[in-house]
Amino acid sequence: MTITPFDPGLSAAPTPQPKAPNSWKRYFSFNTDAKVIGIQYIATALIFLLVGGLLAMIMRGELITPEADLVDRTVYNGLYTMHGTIMLFLFMFPVLNGLNNLLIPCMIGAPDMAFPRLNAAAFWLVPVFGVILMASFLVPGGPAASGWWSYPPVSLQNPLGFLINGEALWIVAVALSGVSSIMGAINFVTTILRMRAPGMTLFRMPIFCWTALSAQIIQLIGLPALTGGALMLLFDLVVGTSFYRPEGGGDPVLYQHFFWFYSHPAVYVIILPVFGVFSELFPVYARKPLFGYRFVAMASLVIVALSLVVWVHHMFPSGVPQWMRDLFMVTTMLIAVPTGIKVFAWLATLWGGKLRLNTPMLFALGGLFNFVFAGVTGIMLATVPVDIHVNNTYFVVGHFHYVIYGAATMGVYAAIYHWFPKFTGKMYYEGLGQLHFLLTFIGTNLNFFPMHPLGLMGMPRRVSSYDPEFAFWNVLASLGAFLLGVSIIPFLLNLVSSLVRGKQAPANPWNAIGLEWLLPSPPPAENFEENVPTVISGPYGYGSGLPLVEHQERYPRATDFLATGQA
Amino acid sequence: MTLTPASPDPLSGLDQNAGPTDGHASGHSSHANHSLTGFIIFLCSESIIFFAFFTGYAVLKLSSLNWLPPGVEGLEWRTPLAYTAVLVSSSGTIALAEWFLNRGNLWGFRAFWLLSMAMGTVFLYGQAVEWAGLSFGITSGSFGSCFYLLTGFHGLHVASGVLLMGLMLIRSFRAGNYEGGEQGVVAASLFWHFVDVIWVLLFLLLYAWPA
Repeated sequence: MTITPFDPGLSAAPTPQPKAPNSWKRYFSFNTDAKVIGIQYIATALIFLLVGGLLAMIMRGELITPEADLVDRTVYNGLYTMHGTIMLFLFMFPVLNGLNNLLIPCMIGAPDMAFPRLNAAAFWLVPVFGVILMASFLVPGGPAASGWWSYPPVSLQNPLGFLINGEALWIVAVALSGVSSIMGAINFVTTILRMRAPGMTLFRMPIFCWTALSAQIIQLIGLPALTGGALMLLFDLVVGTSFYRPEGGGDPVLYQHFFWFYSHPAVYVIILPVFGVFSELFPVYARKPLFGYRFVAMASLVIVALSLVVWVHHMFPSGVPQWMRDLFMVTTMLIAVPTGIKVFAWLATLWGGKLRLNTPMLFALGGLFNFVFAGVTGIMLATVPVDIHVNNTYFVVGHFHYVIYGAATMGVYAAIYHWFPKFTGKMYYEGLGQLHFLLTFIGTNLNFFPMHPLGLMGMPRRVSSYDPEFAFWNVLASLGAFLLGVSIIPFLLNLVSSLVRGKQAPANPWNAIGLEWLLPSPPPAENFEENVPTVISGPYGYGSGLPLVEHQERYPRATDFLATGQA
Repeated sequence: MTLTPASPDPLSGLDQNAGPTDGHASGHSSHANHSLTGFIIFLCSESIIFFAFFTGYAVLKLSSLNWLPPGVEGLEWRTPLAYTAVLVSSSGTIALAEWFLNRGNLWGFRAFWLLSMAMGTVFLYGQAVEWAGLSFGITSGSFGSCFYLLTGFHGLHVASGVLLMGLMLIRSFRAGNYEGGEQGVVAASLFWHFVDVIWVLLFLLLYAWPA
């Protein structure tokens, strides 16, 4: 196939795919196109965001009064367990893998991922383990109820004695999620290392690709440890082995090591791509090059290295020796250094820039604000005495919700709005987007800020009833949660209505620099096909006047033509 | 009878753009030249799961008061050592098989490839015999749990390796198949070396480390 993207015949010629590529049915099939898989990932993740959000609102409904009056206490245990598991394994990881699938091949000029079939298989595991996890609501005894970390010996209780119980299904689902993520990680790392456009050296790669590479390296190192630990938990639960059972000589704290060895770095798997999104968006909407590109890129790898030696800070009260507490306190605080480098690089990028406050930029700025707040409480929690004092209180819950919702999910929203025109070919509605931002930002802070005073006052997490002195802040938090629930409505309305009747998007609506913006919107199935441009300068050349690729003058004309030709 | 593959050096396939063979649009089929990169990344990741099991075993053993279950004196190491020798030398025979393939001697490749598969099978047989004769089970405390988990998980890898090699052996009979697709052989061989190294560590941890 030798048709070039600039060939006028392309828009008239029938598409060369054997299956009609623009049929909606491809989104429900085993399709190997990374752009289809990316949208499949994101759509699946958004469905589970609604499920997890519904569970959260039931919990906040319970907590709006001090008494346990809305749901049964055992049901409440299942609610927070499933809320955490769904949000991490069925919303956060899939939505980020969706962004990876859409962005990485386009940003580096590859036609697709390195292993398209592996890619599709990795995606289709997500609905499979999603159904397995949802099915646990229906088994006798209800879903897993030992928290998203599933610590033994609590998680090894099986009072009804059934082989198929909520906890066993939980472990199987998490293990399958691990398999899917490893398949994805092999694909992303190979693609980034082997399929970059000519001239795109590692230090000419967009920061999103650096952060995706770093995050996927963490997946490759950390996930096998969790999968191994989960396998041993499953054996303890189902076969009766004694890895974690104290009565057989097992060690319950060993599980905590396995769990956190992965699950703390998992936070960086989530936040690193969001750092990438911030690094992509701020230069576009401030019209300035990214400040300290090399430092921002290398800081990602430093975070990877440090993330592997911080996990014990989740276990300060678990009876670990004092030298371990001291060591891991120091390593945890060191994380603030590469993270601080990034934050100051973004501030320096924004400084004196010509800011354009549209929806993606608002989400990125709001996410950055929330992230800095979460970073401050994170340093507090890294300190051993503070951590032991507020351990298992709402302070911890508030801290990580600021990271996961306040920073990461808002970063994901920013990315969805920013690249929505590129991958759907339609413009979103700016007014609805800004309404979504306003509700999300207020809701996030109203929901999660009150958790900090609650934690300092001593309210434990994972309880369905509490002392009346905690009522004031809990009512505020519940109102914030319902506001967050409302904030999803303009978002979904925006997505659906702009897909159905939105304005046709031009190839480069934001005047952004990057290979993906040289492609028409939406990009053709093979991106640049055989005419991959040669990259001749680094990314983010805003204001420098340097072209990004050879013969750049041919692209805007060609892509504008295609955009109008397809309309 | 000697079949000569068109490409004398299987590694040269790494740098060639092996064209897609199925009727799929170009670029959307697997890129054969990336398979080895992906496979090596997979092996690195897979080694972590063994590393997790090893550290779990070491932690449990070091912190345990009564490591061996009652009535168990320890593991008999002489017979397993013999089977270890078989498995480790199969790394040599598989390297020899690859050497023959590089020379274009397909029958030499097949002979040594089959020999390596046979040695892997002998190892699996030895392990099955050992399991059958043991006086403790997987539920006999942490010791039994660790022993069966480690040997069983490794045994699964040996079995997968033998199956993978069987697949490569069958594919070698497809005429001209190894002109660009020898990465399967390289990958299977890498996997086999990986399984061997893991076993040596496992043997030291399980049999050589005194209780």
